[in-house]
Amino acid sequence: MAAVEMPVEKWTGKVHEVRLGGEGRKSIVVGGETTLPFLHFEGSIPNRIAVAVEVQDQEPSDWATSLVSAWGDVLRDPGAWAKKAAEFGADIIVLRLRSAHPEERNTGAAEAKAAVDKVLSAVDLPVIVLGPEVAEKDNEVLVAASEVARGSRVALGNCMEKNYRTIAATAIADGHVVIAKTPIEINLAKQLNILISDIGVPVDAILMDPTTGALGYGLEYSYSMMERLHLAALQGDAMTAMPMVCTVGEEAWRQKEARVAEGVPASWGDHEQRSLLWEEFTAISLINSGADIVVLRHPKAVEVVKATIDRLMSQV
Amino acid sequence: MALTGIEIYKLLPKTNCKECGFPTCLAFAMKVAAKAVEISLCPDLSEEAKQALEAAARPPIRLVTIGAGERKVEVGNEVVMFRHEKTFYHPPGLMFRVNDTAAPEEIAKLVEEVASYSVERVGMQLELDGFAIDNKSGDAAAFANCAELVESKTDLPLVLMSSDPACMSAALEKVATGKPLLYAANKDNSDKMVELALKYGCPLAVYASDGLSELAELTEKVSEGGVEDIVIDPGARDFAQSLTTLTQLRRLALRKSFRPLGYPIITFPGEAAASAEEEALLAGQQIAKYAGIIVLDRFSPSVAYPLLTLRLNIYIDPQKPIQMTPGVYQIGAPKETSPLCVTTNFSLTYFSVAGELESSAWASWLLVCDTEGLSVLTSWAAGKFDAEKIAKSVKEFDVAKNISHRSLVLLGKVAVLRGELEEELPDWKIMVGPLEAMDIGGYLKQHWTA
Ligand code: B12
Ligand code: SF4
Repeated sequence: MAAVEMPVEKWTGKVHEVRLGGEGRKSIVVGGETTLPFLHFEGSIPNRIAVAVEVQDQEPSDWATSLVSAWGDVLRDPGAWAKKAAEFGADIIVLRLRSAHPEERNTGAAEAKAAVDKVLSAVDLPVIVLGPEVAEKDNEVLVAASEVARGSRVALGNCMEKNYRTIAATAIADGHVVIAKTPIEINLAKQLNILISDIGVPVDAILMDPTTGALGYGLEYSYSMMERLHLAALQGDAMTAMPMVCTVGEEAWRQKEARVAEGVPASWGDHEQRSLLWEEFTAISLINSGADIVVLRHPKAVEVVKATIDRLMSQV
Repeated sequence: MALTGIEIYKLLPKTNCKECGFPTCLAFAMKVAAKAVEISLCPDLSEEAKQALEAAARPPIRLVTIGAGERKVEVGNEVVMFRHEKTFYHPPGLMFRVNDTAAPEEIAKLVEEVASYSVERVGMQLELDGFAIDNKSGDAAAFANCAELVESKTDLPLVLMSSDPACMSAALEKVATGKPLLYAANKDNSDKMVELALKYGCPLAVYASDGLSELAELTEKVSEGGVEDIVIDPGARDFAQSLTTLTQLRRLALRKSFRPLGYPIITFPGEAAASAEEEALLAGQQIAKYAGIIVLDRFSPSVAYPLLTLRLNIYIDPQKPIQMTPGVYQIGAPKETSPLCVTTNFSLTYFSVAGELESSAWASWLLVCDTEGLSVLTSWAAGKFDAEKIAKSVKEFDVAKNISHRSLVLLGKVAVLRGELEEELPDWKIMVGPLEAMDIGGYLKQHWTA
């Protein structure tokens, strides 16, 4: 019998490459794939999938106890927290300006600047800064963050339908990257990428967050939407070809399976392992559907997910 | 691959004899292609045409059954590469390996734990699927005894793992009625394994790790030998290798209609893993990326639960969210003074809330509004869940007839609806509950007074 001929798809498109960091700080490039996740025989995957670690600008009051004990005292200081995250192997630090949320402390520009400055001086890793996801507050604190971080090429998020203009303008002015976030819908994602490009952000300065559903809580929607976005990119649609960021830790650790140790069915098993697996399963599933950056919370998950990425990146 | 009208026409006698009830063979062919009539209406089909039509009707990946009885596992017959293209149909069987070198008590314990494992999610009981008995000892009697022991403890399907036909035969003498999967025929033992598969009517796994050409050659040999129910093992073990090889196999079957590899695939994630977590994650990848049977080496509930949840997520039909019928549901045995809560009819949302009410022991009434199967914020953002909809549901399902009070607990995520809802339902007291269902017990304890 003749040798089996491997089916190879001919893709015409490519995920855009986006660089973060640089100028005295470590830089990282994400994206650039010309094939589906980890199909090395068919195209190139020039950049490793990145693992980012989430740091907040105030001590989280609602985090699961296992997360709190994994980090310890550093939770009170974003600089120390970022440093420890770097030690645990983070490729990127994600600073969430949570205190700016109107239902938290409703802090403003000054506090945002201070927090960003702390993180930038504590580590030399590339940084992503996220607002509290309330349109007006995001504008306020991200503009401030943008200024402090000038020269460090950070990513600012999130640009949403309502507030992309201000954030995009600030990013252009200060040479940063933006994150476009839409709720699990391919047309909305594409539309927002077009709007952001139209006001002058180059395609190598846009990341997109298609919205993450955790394992058991909408994962399948994110999974399929990301496969569709990635396929569209490979088929040549430049406006769906932005590298994807997934807020895995935030979603996974919100769920009962991760948070609650007692009063749950015995069939849920050991809480420690289950909660970690909840985050890791969400991460690996989304990496296999096209994620370029996963944002994690637990140090052990960082270790396991990084090791898995290494194995997926190895050519066979 | 389905044939076109023209392709079918070419296979017909082309005499236009009208026996089929159509004026011409071509007209008939078109109807057959549209699946409006059966090809058997033509009395003059040649043998060759019949075979060609039958071959074309065969699914590109064969559906293979493992086990007998209620808990048998059916795998294969997938039709798409990506779940959004249609859906994935046959969830992979999750089996656990039992070594025939282990002590009988240890084996009995594992079998008991796996077979009785069950976890509830969205109103479904999720369960594990079977056991793979591994002839680690190389000894026929030990293997047969182990198989017999496992079978005496469970009705779940079995995989018999031995490359020695004599050992396989010994085990089959004990457990063949359960139609286990025989693992595996390889290039050295395939004649004997085929013989056994035929003798006992069991499906047969085919193993070749030195390339897909060798694997295809071997499956052809096995199928020529008369065994049709084949499961393949290309020997790919680690993350990247498994992803690459299983993707190639799925593409060959679907895109190239390549019959010799159009079979479900068996994987062994534990063989490339140094820890339970690694094994679980690789198994998770294989659930999404194309495995049919997954044999795991380490069992624990904290691994089984996320794996089963992932399998449910990936294999759910993307076109239809699982929904509840709208109406008033009773949680426990509510009385007329019990709390009334409102939620949406997305089953995940409903079961999160119902589950919390149950476990916090609040007998209550749960009003489920028709949001077309969407979750709370999704349906709210889509304009399918608002004060008007809730008020309408309160009236439509005559919620008031069951209860003596007029208090309604609104879900925290749509607290903004409170004002409007008070206008829509002037006789009612609207209470704003917590954001997450898991806090509802505590909330009711603090605030419920009827
Ligand atoms: C999966 C998902 C989808 C799926 C739909 C899944 C489904 N069947 O509902 C899809 C992809 C189709 C989708 C579509 C859209 N989505 Co959507 N989606 C999500 C996602 C990722 C998860 C939702 C989910 O399943 N949650 C799990 C369930 C169990 O949660 P829940 O219903 O809220 O229930 C919990 C609580 O509310 C509470 N609870 C429930 N009932 C009750 C009752 C009482 C009494 C109490 C006390 C508590 C309580 O307990 C539950 C468990 O804790 C979220 C983002 C996220 N990560 O959460 C966005 C999200 C909900 N979607 C959003 C949007 C905007 C949309 C779209 C409108 C976008 C668009 N313009 O097309 C569409 C609309 C769909 C349509 N057909 O028109 C937004 C809503 C924004 C907002 N705040 O208003 C979100 C928040 C994303 C975002 N950040 O922008 N979405
Ligand atoms: S019965 Fe067969 S041969 Fe006769 S017209 Fe119909 S298809 Fe043609």
